[in-house]
Amino acid sequence: MMEFFQTLGRNTRSSFTKLGRATFFLLHTLTGIIGLLPRPRLLINQLYSVGVLSFLIISISGLFVGMVLGLQGYYILSDFGAEETLGVMVAASLVRELGPVVAALLFAGRAGSALTAEIGLMKATEQLSGMEMMAVDPIKRIISPRFLAGLISMPLLAGLFSAIGILGGQLVGSGLLGVDDGAYWSQMHAKIDFYDDIVNGCIKSLVFGFVATWIALFEGYDAIPTSEGVSRATTRTVVNSAFSILGLDFILTALMFGDD
Amino acid sequence: MGDSFRSQNSLVAVRGLSFSRGENKIFSDVSMDFERGKITAIMGPSGTGKTTLLKLIGGQLQPAQGTVTVDGSNVHRLRRSQLFNLRKRIGMLFQSGALLMDMNVFDNVAFPLREHTQLPESMIRSLVLMKLQAVGLRGARNLMPNELSGGMARRVALARAIALDPMMIMYDEPFTGQDPISKGVLVHLIKSLNITLGLTTIIVSHDVHETSAIADYIYVVSDGKVMGEGTPSEIQHSSSEWVQQFMDGTADGPVHFHYPARELQDDLMSSGKRY
Amino acid sequence: MQHSSTQDTLVGLFVAAGIAGLFFLALHVSNLGSFVEQEGYTITARFENSGGLKIKSPVSAAGVKIGQVSDISFDLKTYESIVKMRINAQYNSIPDDTTASIFTAGLLGEQYVSLEPGGSNEYLKENSTIEITQSAIILEKAIGQFLFKSAEEKK
Repeated sequence: MMEFFQTLGRNTRSSFTKLGRATFFLLHTLTGIIGLLPRPRLLINQLYSVGVLSFLIISISGLFVGMVLGLQGYYILSDFGAEETLGVMVAASLVRELGPVVAALLFAGRAGSALTAEIGLMKATEQLSGMEMMAVDPIKRIISPRFLAGLISMPLLAGLFSAIGILGGQLVGSGLLGVDDGAYWSQMHAKIDFYDDIVNGCIKSLVFGFVATWIALFEGYDAIPTSEGVSRATTRTVVNSAFSILGLDFILTALMFGDD
Repeated sequence: MGDSFRSQNSLVAVRGLSFSRGENKIFSDVSMDFERGKITAIMGPSGTGKTTLLKLIGGQLQPAQGTVTVDGSNVHRLRRSQLFNLRKRIGMLFQSGALLMDMNVFDNVAFPLREHTQLPESMIRSLVLMKLQAVGLRGARNLMPNELSGGMARRVALARAIALDPMMIMYDEPFTGQDPISKGVLVHLIKSLNITLGLTTIIVSHDVHETSAIADYIYVVSDGKVMGEGTPSEIQHSSSEWVQQFMDGTADGPVHFHYPARELQDDLMSSGKRY
Repeated sequence: MQHSSTQDTLVGLFVAAGIAGLFFLALHVSNLGSFVEQEGYTITARFENSGGLKIKSPVSAAGVKIGQVSDISFDLKTYESIVKMRINAQYNSIPDDTTASIFTAGLLGEQYVSLEPGGSNEYLKENSTIEITQSAIILEKAIGQFLFKSAEEKK
């Protein structure tokens, strides 16, 4: 029993220590972003590997999620004779929830794990240490551009996910199941609010992008520099990102849409 | 005595250095001097913290006690920007080479120049080609690091380490895992760079043969202490049994072949228990 | 970095596509588009009960959306609901004896204000008030009355 509490205490303490390290890491990363201004090339390279390489999986997933929503929504709504509100249902669920959340989860799986593996490998092969000895700050040179790229990419990817999903829902709803095309759009138009829905969705995806990129980069930077350590860190990135995204989603949803 | 002369002329002076990692004492009260323009080697068995010593000199680790002075300034008292300025004058060759994997050979060698200087691209090109020429890899400039053999990677890393024309260079196990030809090439390069550029050189290695061939002075380190020091010939004829065993590579001696254990017979007889 | 120009193009395309997606959401999906050219005039109607009417609920005439509810407040003197509606500028010749009713779109749909034009030659303009109104039908009340009635019939 005593042992249990000792382990518990040790684990709690070590997770606080880790959180502290992660916070310092984040502050250091943020100060490095200013240094990127004269060197946009570093950011563009990372936008490519973080954003462009996630583009395909995000668009295809968005299309399918939208199509499924169109199909399921139609079956449920037609029971109430409310097929015209299909557009509202598809758009609201995508813009408020699925767009930011699913895009962030996919982002954590695609770009996040790649970032952790890349940084972890750089650590294991002494590239980070080597940079330090060349008087180059690896956080500013390596981490900051990746962080900013993640922060920029995430809202764009979530927006794309939602937009493509809404088109996919329309494809199924009005193309396949015969919902009136005008009703699909006009109902959506009337019900989806720019500030309440779109802006809040963007804020969500920004927060998710911030957290997912932070976790991915920190896990890589903090990884035990062996192949096993890196592979564990990669797993932790995906698991921790998923938890954080879903947990934060609940909090943000309560804050944003609570007092309707 | 000769000692005071040495410390006057030394670029790096380590005084009373102690360092531990967790419970493990890596160094206790170690003092060393690294003379300007000379090749000084630190030798010792694997896992005695030789790499740690280089990181302490480079200011990547903080010692528990003692000082490291490089070119007159105490490394661990420097502010971050001062430390970075000092590091620009120190080249370091990591065991793995530590080349940046997402850049080709040329960009790797150009990296410190691009980071620390505002030189025009044409001048960077000439400088990089000269450094690559010095290590004999000018023709390999478009290869990616994963296309290089281990020895070539180390030579590229060497070209990168001398890109900013440092005052000293530290080698971490330069010969480990190299075939005889690569070893020969590296031995030749280290020696010739030391002479032509007047580089103060620190080599950490456990390759007795190669290291004694080029070193001017050798420290033999084990268990966190300096077990012996001197010129290669002094070390060869050291009176210390331990140093003798290390230099000759005999299996048993002061360092036992067996990991500490109770008597074999007792162990065999006590069946039933797992340990 | 030989591939950098292709890479630049792809990054450019990605950013453009992302921004296009966000614009699509803002202008085509949400109601931001209808805010933009909102020239029009505001009229007021008093209802005994405005039911589930909300700000931004549509205002329609003959089934066509001509504006939206801009404000709902409670009048402490008359205990009525004061509903302000923003009517798009192009619908500038609605007679001032028009009737406003609150209807529900479908059984479970949202509530909206329906305007039924009268025959006056005077038109509604900024700050006009619609005099004739019909309140929202409260579903619970209607069901209650219906059940009450059928229970009486059975006796």
